[in-house]
Amino acid sequence: MSGRVKMVNENQCHMCMPLGGVIAFKGIENAMVLVHGSQGCSTYMRLTNCEHYNEPFDIASTSLNEKQTIYGGEANLRKAIDNVIRVYKPGVIGVLTTCLSETIGEDMGRMVESYVRDSNLKGVDIIPISTPSYSGTHTEGYWAATRGIIAHYARAVEKHSKVNVIIPHISTADIREIKRLLELMGISYTLIPDYSMTLDRPAGGQYSKIAPGGTSAGDIARMAGAPATIQFGLTCPDELSPGLSLQREYGVPLVNLPLPIGLENTDLLLEALQTLGGRPMPESLALERGWLLDAMADSHKYNAEGKPAIYGEPELIYAFAGTCAENGAYPAVIATGTESNKLAARLNFLLEGADEQPLVIEEADFAEIGAAAIKTGANIAIGHSGGKFLTERLDIPIVRAGFPIHDRVGGQRIFSAGYAGTLAFLDRFTNTLLENKHASYRLLKKEELKKQEAITGDE
Amino acid sequence: MDTSCTPGEEACIDERQGSILTKGKSKSHIQCSEDSLAGAVSQRACVYCGARVVLNPVTDAVHLVHGPIGCATFTYDIRGSLSSGSEMFRNSFSTDLRERDIIFGGEKKLAACIDEVVASHHPPAIFVYATCVVGVIGDDMIAVCKEASLRHGIDVIPVESSGFKSGNKSIGYRAAADALLRLIRPADDRPVIRGRKVNFLGEYNLGGEMWVARRYLKEIGIEVNVAFTGDSTVAALKRAPEACLNLVQCTGSMHYVAMSLEQTYGIPYMDVNFFGSENTAETLRKIAAYFGDEKMKQRTEALIEREMSAIAPILKKYREKLAGKRAAIYVGGAYKAMAIIRQLKELGMEVVISGTQTGKKEEYQCMSGMLSEGTVIIDDANPAELEKFLREKNVDVMAGGVKERFLAYKLGIGFVDHNHDRKDCLAGFEGAVQFASEVYTTTCSPVWKHMKKSTEVKP
Repeated sequence: MSGRVKMVNENQCHMCMPLGGVIAFKGIENAMVLVHGSQGCSTYMRLTNCEHYNEPFDIASTSLNEKQTIYGGEANLRKAIDNVIRVYKPGVIGVLTTCLSETIGEDMGRMVESYVRDSNLKGVDIIPISTPSYSGTHTEGYWAATRGIIAHYARAVEKHSKVNVIIPHISTADIREIKRLLELMGISYTLIPDYSMTLDRPAGGQYSKIAPGGTSAGDIARMAGAPATIQFGLTCPDELSPGLSLQREYGVPLVNLPLPIGLENTDLLLEALQTLGGRPMPESLALERGWLLDAMADSHKYNAEGKPAIYGEPELIYAFAGTCAENGAYPAVIATGTESNKLAARLNFLLEGADEQPLVIEEADFAEIGAAAIKTGANIAIGHSGGKFLTERLDIPIVRAGFPIHDRVGGQRIFSAGYAGTLAFLDRFTNTLLENKHASYRLLKKEELKKQEAITGDE
Repeated sequence: MDTSCTPGEEACIDERQGSILTKGKSKSHIQCSEDSLAGAVSQRACVYCGARVVLNPVTDAVHLVHGPIGCATFTYDIRGSLSSGSEMFRNSFSTDLRERDIIFGGEKKLAACIDEVVASHHPPAIFVYATCVVGVIGDDMIAVCKEASLRHGIDVIPVESSGFKSGNKSIGYRAAADALLRLIRPADDRPVIRGRKVNFLGEYNLGGEMWVARRYLKEIGIEVNVAFTGDSTVAALKRAPEACLNLVQCTGSMHYVAMSLEQTYGIPYMDVNFFGSENTAETLRKIAAYFGDEKMKQRTEALIEREMSAIAPILKKYREKLAGKRAAIYVGGAYKAMAIIRQLKELGMEVVISGTQTGKKEEYQCMSGMLSEGTVIIDDANPAELEKFLREKNVDVMAGGVKERFLAYKLGIGFVDHNHDRKDCLAGFEGAVQFASEVYTTTCSPVWKHMKKSTEVKP
């Protein structure tokens, strides 16, 4: 564990809080996002998301400038909400703060309240979320918004049978897989935030400014009456945990699970679903589990040669670390840009069986991750496009996963969850190792031979 | 007014009316160069973005962003500028300000970050970019940079690019220009020796474009002293006063620098344009005429003759496929828009929409002169307006930046990337072929046929 000694951040492994908040809101039905700050913030977030999701990604901005920075941005906020309602006709507007609006001390709650009162607004829910970039990363922004959205709607309601499912920032394919598993197990659910359709729209039909799909406000309002909450949030800080606040306020039992990536992690989910009244594992899923196990056996010797550097958001790297470990590819480096007080303890437990313990780095940048990769002899990486210099400068190939992925297509739907997704991931991982091996082993042996001959010749 | 929108229509906002006009049908003056309207979902960025675009290609400098993490992450190696030497500029450095820094000030952390970067990378210069928060908390960046400069004996140059100053990138261009002029300022009063060398301002070497133009200039007998800023180094920029002429390409970003260099060093300047074959030929003739050297003129004509006859049959082939197709343009600056209009017309296409983020009144007038009646001209457009006009004008292909790309695709329209992120060279005679080929590939892709079919079968 390394405390932060270095001041400068060189090649970032994380993004800012409002970016995470934006993604959470994109998973809410008929929602639009408004960022209270200078124009550039919204444009940069749109650019980053466009490149990852390959979708139009509209974010409005209050476009604060010098004058509002001095005298306050309320007039801009009101005008911006007017314009967003007019053009997008949303049912929900998420208003996210930025470093600028937080630093000048904008009182969002009061301003939104007075807007709603003055305009006699009906049919549009405005949800302000505090996301100052200097207080956390996009991971915290995502949790803060998800928690805030639930807090906005949830009311004490009669008990019902829909299980709450709260997901961290994962790919749209993985959301779809989690939904498929829930359905196969006969569990009815409310999954939030569900951006599996809104940020991965199929072509065909009419284009609409706000994409169809997302968790509905009606479903969110009933979350307090759920029999339980499944939250894939082992590393989620308590103060931001949506599942924990549902438990504390409404007594909904929280089942905190790792993401179902990996055999054991997926087993954990399916066991939980059975406990929650789901049917026994159907034959089709048992087959998928069998195929995964079969592949694990087939590939285990190749995988044992893998020394992965895993980086990205805490929840995702925790799941991938477990997946690698159960396949004998013990992680060499585990790094996140986030400061997480929960990740390290979890990892210690997970990696008990490893000969050598990995370097775990929090608040990491890619200068540190690269140095750690060299030090530990990492020969493969798992993570987002931010790590591209690992390949370019250190010859370490990357199995892409996480966010953002802007140098490959399909980043939004990289499939890694469930038995089927884990199998897809494992094949990508093993084949990356094999590709490297096949490309290098003849040459390496040849060089070795030449070296030995040179030594013998000298003697 | 069949094409410009009337107040009250879904896609439009009253206050935006003045920024949209239809050539030949409506008011003759466009409303432009104003702050973006709150909530309008402008495609513009911020002052920091403008400054970063201009300075980023200085290859051996360290670019250090003073602020919370987001601004740095969002600009981490996202540009397509190429370097013949150092790759330092592709690294993204941030002071990563946290809550405590916002409260107690970020000056000490900035100084420490500068010290760290100097110790680890030994750069010849550091550009320190101000972000929104830094402007608000009142860090004295100028003093910190000055002290660091004295401490380390290198240039540490503050770039005053606090985002909230404006949503208009051109304010950032000015901040970058001031930083460059500060760098160039001669350290002593050495006499400047001038040869037949030119500076090439407003050329960022995207996809190696500067190298193409430099090759042409060399062939006609002119040496490029340094480009601002494509593939430049700190040392080369300092030698800028040794040029006898400044060629100015991206006028939006560099006119001010050219004027300053004329004032300070007496170097005259001329506007040039290497986008499109006719523009390139005109530009080369103009430069040769300036030097008034008959041999140079002959070499220029020979070059133009050779290149034009090489590309003519290729362009002819594309023209046959593209004649009559309808194009839309939405780009950052008017200079680029006009270069694209000319090229599309050379390919026999009709430009039906043309807009920019930062065009000025006189530029719009000039642009309007190149367009036919009925063309929609738009300043600071938003996705709703673009969608509306793309549909109404039955557009086949659009040229623009990343944020527009996926809207075009969703609407079944081809797209040409003409932005700082592109990887291909669009300058010179060979760039004209690349451009035509890209326009053809995307406009006439078989994919659109299938998209159209699937849209038709859906209700």
